[in-house]
Amino acid sequence: MSEQEILFMFLKIGIVLIGLLSVTPIMLFVERRGSAMLQNRVGPNRFGPLGLFQSVLDVLKFIFKEDRAPGHVNKFYFSLAPIVTVIPALMTFAVIPFAGNDFIIANLDVGILYCFSIASLGVYGIIMAGWASNNKYSLLGSLRSSAQMISYELTLGLSIVGMIMVFQSLKLTDIVAGQGETLFSIGGLSVPKYGIFIQPVGFILFLVSSFAETNRLPFDLPEGESELIAGYHLEYGSMRFALFMLSEFVNMTVASALLATLFFGGWHYLPGFESLAAHFAEGANTDTTYMISSFFHGLSFVIKIAGFMWFFVWVRWTLPRFRFDQLMNFGWRVLFPIALLNVFVTGLLIYFGVL
Amino acid sequence: MLAERKPGFWNKFYVVEIARGLAITMKNMLFAKRATIEFPEERRDYSPKFRGQHYIKTVNGVENCTACMLCPTVCPAECIHIVAGEREDKEKYPVKFEIDSLRCCFCGMCEEACPKDAIKLSNIYEMSQQSRTVYEKDFLLEQRGNK
Repeated sequence: MSEQEILFMFLKIGIVLIGLLSVTPIMLFVERRGSAMLQNRVGPNRFGPLGLFQSVLDVLKFIFKEDRAPGHVNKFYFSLAPIVTVIPALMTFAVIPFAGNDFIIANLDVGILYCFSIASLGVYGIIMAGWASNNKYSLLGSLRSSAQMISYELTLGLSIVGMIMVFQSLKLTDIVAGQGETLFSIGGLSVPKYGIFIQPVGFILFLVSSFAETNRLPFDLPEGESELIAGYHLEYGSMRFALFMLSEFVNMTVASALLATLFFGGWHYLPGFESLAAHFAEGANTDTTYMISSFFHGLSFVIKIAGFMWFFVWVRWTLPRFRFDQLMNFGWRVLFPIALLNVFVTGLLIYFGVL
Repeated sequence: MLAERKPGFWNKFYVVEIARGLAITMKNMLFAKRATIEFPEERRDYSPKFRGQHYIKTVNGVENCTACMLCPTVCPAECIHIVAGEREDKEKYPVKFEIDSLRCCFCGMCEEACPKDAIKLSNIYEMSQQSRTVYEKDFLLEQRGNK
């Protein structure tokens, strides 16, 4: 590996890490103001333009609060749990190409499987937090969380089997590259081979189960303020709680990134961005052209992610929480058979040469 | 009570209903009027009948009150305390006129009982205090929120 490649690797890791960590304050702001606007309120708008610095205050408050552990907890696991929750959340992004196929930290052959296996490690942190808190509510929350995450991981995994079958690869780079092809064209308008067009059922299944995986409403039973107070992070305060919050938002980002990568063409240009990139790259040499096109690829990807993040917030403030038996019924009796059926129908369509 | 509901065929696929719900929230966000009143800049308009902070009406700088003691008599919270005195021109006037703002229940009976239209309740509702305040006569004579 040459010196230049190592430098490029560090640059990519830096972009991903800084991007993922800065998502939290941005999402704090969006969650606050977005929820307010969806409920006909105004939201915090005092500190800074449009209340933008409110999240700075939040972070300062988290930092300056006393880092307190109650007497009845298991100290070792209590302090380990937030770390165990946050590290898998940050690791998952490694195999997602974010601005062209060169911009990927590790191009693994098992790509998407790595994502799921690391994401499912996050449940250990939650169980640890619930158990170490030595508190009935926390334990109930973490038990619910483990049941829910294991149930919905099945659907999550099965929903993308169709995509893997169509593109014949587990590498996310191959899947994204495959989505650049044209599916069909009507007149001058060409529809790309995005996952949403060839696997609409898979998309909905993946969307629903990613909501469940990230413990967001309408599947936030592990937290359930009204029934479990705050679930597994009831005993936590200051930066330890902030790490749980961080991991939730990072999980959201990774889920959105996977949705964008698998079903909305990943880093492929949004409509209009291609001509914009060509306009800026006019008369430039190859390196500059590459940088400009990478920038616009990255921007397209970020906009797609932002759309899904907003969708997460939008759904949170629209739908009520499921009851636990409804949740399990929905996961096992509705989503799981549909996912299996989707795999079967996709296989038939590939066999008869439609896809 | 568990009500038996028969969802229609399309309602069983949550997708359509969820999309409708999302449309409703988005419509609210884009088009509905904000319910928030941003307090220091905007104020809520109360009815003129609103019973807020007390004041004693004055005519040419002299209070209307003749210390007839009707308001402390009628006051259900017993928060008005008057000491009557006599002016140079033999007219009765309140030497002390105190209202215990913590005891007052803002029923407005003093306002109704007053024969001289002296004690009044204004529209002012920002009455938070840092101490257990008793409104003195000087304070009440300042004509805050005179109407």
